Amino acid sequence: MKEDKNLSDSPQQDENNARRGFLKKLGLVVGAGAAVTAGAVYLGYDHEKKKNPDGKKVRVLTADGQLMEVSEAELIQAENQTADEESELQRRGREGLPGKHWVMVIDLSKCRNARMCMAACQGAHHLRPEQHHINVLRMQDAEHTEPYFMPKPCFHCDNPPCTKVCPVDATFKRQDGIVLIDNQRCIGCRFCIAACPYSARVFNWIEPLKSEEDKDLPYDVELNVPQRKGTISKCLFSADCLRKGELPYCVRACPNGVYYFGDLNEDTVTNGTTRETVRFSELIRKNGGYTVLEELGTKPQVYYLPPKNRLFPYQYEGKTTIDPDDSRVGGGRG
Amino acid sequence: MSVNKLSTEESYKTLNKIETDLLRPMTHHKGLELWILFLVLFFIIGGYAYFIQLRDGLGVTAMRDYTSWGMYIGNFVFFVAASLIGMFISSVLGLLKIKWITPITRIAEMIALAFAMWAGIVIVIDMGRPDRLLNVFLHGRFQSPILWDVTVVSTYVAISFLLLFLPLIPDAAVIRRRLPGLPKWQMKIYDLLYLGWEARPGQYLIIKKSMRILAILIIPVALAIHTVTSWLFASTLRAGWDTAIFGPYFVSGAFVAGVAAVIIAMYFFRYNYKLGDYITDFHFNRMGQVLVLVSAIYIYFNLNEYFVPAYKMRIAEKVHLVEMFTGHWSTLFWFTQIICLVIPAFLLIFKKMRRPSIMLWLSVLVLLGAWLKRFLIVVPVQQHPYLPIQNVPDSFHHYIPTGIEITLTILPIVGVLLIITIIAKLFPVISVWEVAHEKGVDESIIK
Ligand code: SF4
Ligand code: SF4
Repeated sequence: MKEDKNLSDSPQQDENNARRGFLKKLGLVVGAGAAVTAGAVYLGYDHEKKKNPDGKKVRVLTADGQLMEVSEAELIQAENQTADEESELQRRGREGLPGKHWVMVIDLSKCRNARMCMAACQGAHHLRPEQHHINVLRMQDAEHTEPYFMPKPCFHCDNPPCTKVCPVDATFKRQDGIVLIDNQRCIGCRFCIAACPYSARVFNWIEPLKSEEDKDLPYDVELNVPQRKGTISKCLFSADCLRKGELPYCVRACPNGVYYFGDLNEDTVTNGTTRETVRFSELIRKNGGYTVLEELGTKPQVYYLPPKNRLFPYQYEGKTTIDPDDSRVGGGRG
Repeated sequence: MSVNKLSTEESYKTLNKIETDLLRPMTHHKGLELWILFLVLFFIIGGYAYFIQLRDGLGVTAMRDYTSWGMYIGNFVFFVAASLIGMFISSVLGLLKIKWITPITRIAEMIALAFAMWAGIVIVIDMGRPDRLLNVFLHGRFQSPILWDVTVVSTYVAISFLLLFLPLIPDAAVIRRRLPGLPKWQMKIYDLLYLGWEARPGQYLIIKKSMRILAILIIPVALAIHTVTSWLFASTLRAGWDTAIFGPYFVSGAFVAGVAAVIIAMYFFRYNYKLGDYITDFHFNRMGQVLVLVSAIYIYFNLNEYFVPAYKMRIAEKVHLVEMFTGHWSTLFWFTQIICLVIPAFLLIFKKMRRPSIMLWLSVLVLLGAWLKRFLIVVPVQQHPYLPIQNVPDSFHHYIPTGIEITLTILPIVGVLLIITIIAKLFPVISVWEVAHEKGVDESIIK
């Protein structure tokens, strides 16, 4: 995948990220929105340096990404720092990555139900075992056709029925095509679940898996962590990874080369296993790519390559056929 | 206004009898305290159930990711449906100048207001984050049908409130005169409400004009509340909800539910409040006919709703319809459709059946069916999404309501009964001055 020079690939950024973890531990996360705060800290540091040159130094990260050193004695907790950091995460989370239009291509001929994608996803988003942002389904299109495995994330529809119905703009589509959740605003009406024809959404019916551990984390809308009881969650195309120039969690985790991910505007997608970058249009054209239930007019941004010339014959729990009740023969199409 | 005016002396005599009869239940009510105590007790139990739901999350219900709307939403649709009756009786029939509705308009309005008010609370019970209710106003997006629902339901509550309380103004004056011995707090209410009523012709004009305007205004609003409620479903792409007739289908079903509710209330007030002279067999006969009419319309819509897709059997709809006709939901489905709708409607065609005692039981069936029907509209569709339900625990495939859920479904119903009980305790359930008018009593003495 082509990496965005501005947003990643810079050693300074990486270093900043490493520092962040450290600073969080100290409880000194300064994501303050105001550069004034940073300036004040810096002045304090300057002042302190003159006064006490041997004092212990701490590094802090300013809102505009500058790394600074201050004497530990001079540090005061910025008021409402979590709130400030959260509002920054919200701002950039809602804005998205300009100029991008993310797409995923899933090659069904290679999927053997390894479920590494599901595990990676659940780990990243702190989900319970029954909560699937991505779910590998057992499918059969018609009575006499071959069964196959179909990983199903959110399709990040270009005409998303889910965001239309949300009464409070807690689920929204950003400029780069990603459909996100804001679980600080969601009122838990579950209208979006009813509206999504692909069953892509999950709800936190009870206390989320890691709510105790995560309770002090600033909420990142691009990761939807911490998860919150009484609110929605779903696949986010790993918007947090994309910001860092990385491929989504599921895409990277697949051992079988099933996933391609990339930018439609650049017409390139990268395979998560082989890291081979190919032309999106060519991949779709040569392999007969399609989208699911496109007749509903939702314009899914997840494309499938048909399950032909399969590397692995279908097998699930020792059986090579599917119980029609399980797969809904016909897939509900039409 | 009235048909044959009575002489002044007769007027006083008639008014005196009407007042005595209609106001008697306000002071003579055996067992009312016990009944209120029972309702309040249930409230405490319900409150505890809600506390558990708040503490542990909606996971205490049987709702899960696939069937994510359950009884609560079915209950909401039922509440909105039942509340439509106020508009039907006092506006539609009233504007058509149908005279016999006079003694039942207030009953219908009470039912309407109580159900409409609680409909809002039913929705809050269903919310995962009721603490963020204000977000609907802070961040409301008008593209969402929920916003339309909030808007029209609150408008409907406001108009219903006025439609119930405007005609209470002259009655409040009557109560002040007739029952001065009532507790102080109660008298305060009448003092506030009677607004200096002196039975002047100009005052009558204002009341009648405002009631007429409200009666006209409420028609589009009432149609809107149930149409918009149906769009919560019809605006999605799910097979079984994605149909064009949901609006009128819901509205016609609402009248069935409402008429049945009014008949039950009529029966109750007639016998418990000894109002046999006012709510007569004639009224039951007429309401029976109305029930046949609205049921026939509803059956017609049902035919459209089920027969047309069943003829085609497109796969997604087929899965749903087969479950309803012969599968998992079939017993409930046929019970609701045949026992609770077709048979009562058919029986009521015969005059012999339109007697209060029989009609009570038929109406109870119809009302029960009306509730079950909402459940059947909401729940089964979600169990058959386009893509299969897999890799989730068994409970995600089914929907069997939990005790807490059932308690919190009954709670608002108890709430409705409580509101009706309170209104019926504070005011005569039949409008004194309107009945007096009908009987030809001189207007100027009703104060
Ligand atoms: S797949 Fe469902 S949740 Fe995802 S964007 Fe489309 S409608 Fe929304
Ligand atoms: S559940 Fe949350 S995200 Fe979904 S429609 Fe309701 S408020 Fe919006």
